[in-house]
Amino acid sequence: MDLLEYQGKQLFAKHGVAVPSGEVAATVDDAVAAAERIGCPCAIKAQVLIGGRGKAGGIKIAKDAEEARAYADAILGMDIIGPHGEGPFRVDQVWIEGGSDIASEYYASVILDRGEKKLLAMVSAKGGMDIEAVAAEDPDALVKRHIDPTKPFDAAAAKSIIDAAGLDEDVRDQAAEVLVKLAEVASAEDANLIEVNPLIVTNDREVVALDAKVTIDGNALFRHQDLAEIADTAEDPQEAMAKEKGLTYVKLDGNVGILANGAGLCMSTLDVVAQAGGAPANFLDAGGGSKAEAIVDALTVITSDEKVTAILFNIFGGITRCDEIAKGIVTASQQLDLKLPLVVRLDGTNSEEGLKILAEADLPNLNQETTMIDAAKRVVELAGASG
Amino acid sequence: MSIIVDKDTKLVVSGLTGREGSFHGLRNQAYGTDLVAGVTPGKGGQDVEGVPIFDSIKESVEQAGANTSMIFVPARFAAPAIDEAIESGVQTVIAITEGIPVLDMLKTYWKAKEAGVRLIGPNCPGVLSPGKANVGIIPAQFFDPGKIGVVSKSGTLTYQIGNELKQAGEGNSSIVGIGGDPIIGSDFIDILTLYEADPETDLIVMVGEIGGDAEERAAEFIAAEISKPVVAYIAGFTAPPGKQMGHAGAIISGSSGTAQAKKDALEAKGVRVGESPTETAKIAVEVLRSL
Repeated sequence: MDLLEYQGKQLFAKHGVAVPSGEVAATVDDAVAAAERIGCPCAIKAQVLIGGRGKAGGIKIAKDAEEARAYADAILGMDIIGPHGEGPFRVDQVWIEGGSDIASEYYASVILDRGEKKLLAMVSAKGGMDIEAVAAEDPDALVKRHIDPTKPFDAAAAKSIIDAAGLDEDVRDQAAEVLVKLAEVASAEDANLIEVNPLIVTNDREVVALDAKVTIDGNALFRHQDLAEIADTAEDPQEAMAKEKGLTYVKLDGNVGILANGAGLCMSTLDVVAQAGGAPANFLDAGGGSKAEAIVDALTVITSDEKVTAILFNIFGGITRCDEIAKGIVTASQQLDLKLPLVVRLDGTNSEEGLKILAEADLPNLNQETTMIDAAKRVVELAGASG
Repeated sequence: MSIIVDKDTKLVVSGLTGREGSFHGLRNQAYGTDLVAGVTPGKGGQDVEGVPIFDSIKESVEQAGANTSMIFVPARFAAPAIDEAIESGVQTVIAITEGIPVLDMLKTYWKAKEAGVRLIGPNCPGVLSPGKANVGIIPAQFFDPGKIGVVSKSGTLTYQIGNELKQAGEGNSSIVGIGGDPIIGSDFIDILTLYEADPETDLIVMVGEIGGDAEERAAEFIAAEISKPVVAYIAGFTAPPGKQMGHAGAIISGSSGTAQAKKDALEAKGVRVGESPTETAKIAVEVLRSL
């Protein structure tokens, strides 16, 4: 789960990392009121889960309340496209914080390195810009050190990284302290990624986190009540509906509804549909051991997306029994009065029984295929052009 | 031979008294796996269908001779259960549980490493050596004994490919589900090493998916260390790119973690990559028969 900048900063503050004080607002009036309390100049920052906000016009410095109103009005409701074409991300909230005078901009991060199975700390004196570009053009400018999982990560360990990165000497102890605290945020809050860009030095020589990118491990939310509440409010309504029903659903842009069992098979189904020239409308993993009821729930979620013009069921029964899936398809067709073309490919455990149930139900909109590839071709044909 | 589980496996199941644990533990036993014990603290002395229950894994090792532990306990208690298994004296721990916090696994990974215990998973379907033993939730009926070793991040996708191999008349030495979590006990490289040394494996099928750089690392390793042919499949070409935050992940691995990047890395090292599970199985059969 990704946190918005202000949520990340609140976590930082909780662990003693200096951040500019600010307030979040969802309306222009609230934003102006916040700006007046905080005092101008102040920064008005779009709260969306994507980088490149500044370039997209989502971050502005207001020199007075009038400007704060104009910027908040422009930014709230704006659609931001990411640097690699991601999105659009609609801006529902802005974060208003006091303006900072910046003497230097650094980069600091603590992230999980899956390959090495360790946390990795990265620090650079060249912050405030695209760190990927820094790493590519001047690799020595980005210092990367793994954190020894068997030892406490203390100020001395942090200091050696800061020294190697060549930050200004007078703030090195402070910066080392910040790095220790970021590592503490990672372990205390189950964060897999913490990135601060820029980590600034103010004119008063204070080290402050001016941005915050934090990713929390969704599997650990059971021990973080406050973060679990954020997760509940951040979801897309269809994704929330699916989650409530115990299904993994991700909405996509196409018109071919997809239901498969197992994340790997489901991803593979999306790929095969795309290879057949179709555009998947969703990823839906019905999970292992799905019962008929789960299929009804899954179809409710899939068909709540109005773009869907045909649905593919790709089931390879392991623990999942194909007869249960077939029962679910028949029940759902009746309950939801489904008219959309359905393409069903059932294989694996109890597939013969499943196919028999489907044959007996004799649904007019149902098409059976025996292989994954033929099923994909068929559903693409039936779905017609996307859009 | 085969790898990780076989006729010498003596299995203890943590969570055997639970619904999932008993269902799959007893299924494994019915397949022919030597299920010697179950473990549930406080239920020592009881039995499940004649299989003795102990209070700790250590007791099952000492009293029932267990050498392989399967973990079926709920996510929030799973890491301590894996730690217990690591310290109990078993050689192999297979963790099926999904949803374990990744920083818990990070600590557990290093404990296993230090103790020299082979950890498979978590969030994996387990290991099947057809005709010998099955530890986990892999439906054994879709696999025959044979010469193809399979290693996979995904469960159902493996069943799909295994079944296509079976329909083509080929079978498997072992099928290893390593799991798709960010931190797993054994990765592609560990399992490729075991298959390379296994005289009953002639060809290896590797099934990867988006995320991380395990496939890219495996590609390098295959080129340097693996003499047997490897055929791969990668899922997730059309997977949603997600709401990207920061690019720190790409900096470490030098790879974007996309399916295309993985396919390119493997093909650059001469590994053939199938476009679909069906094509992957077809290539595997073709290569095997040309050996």
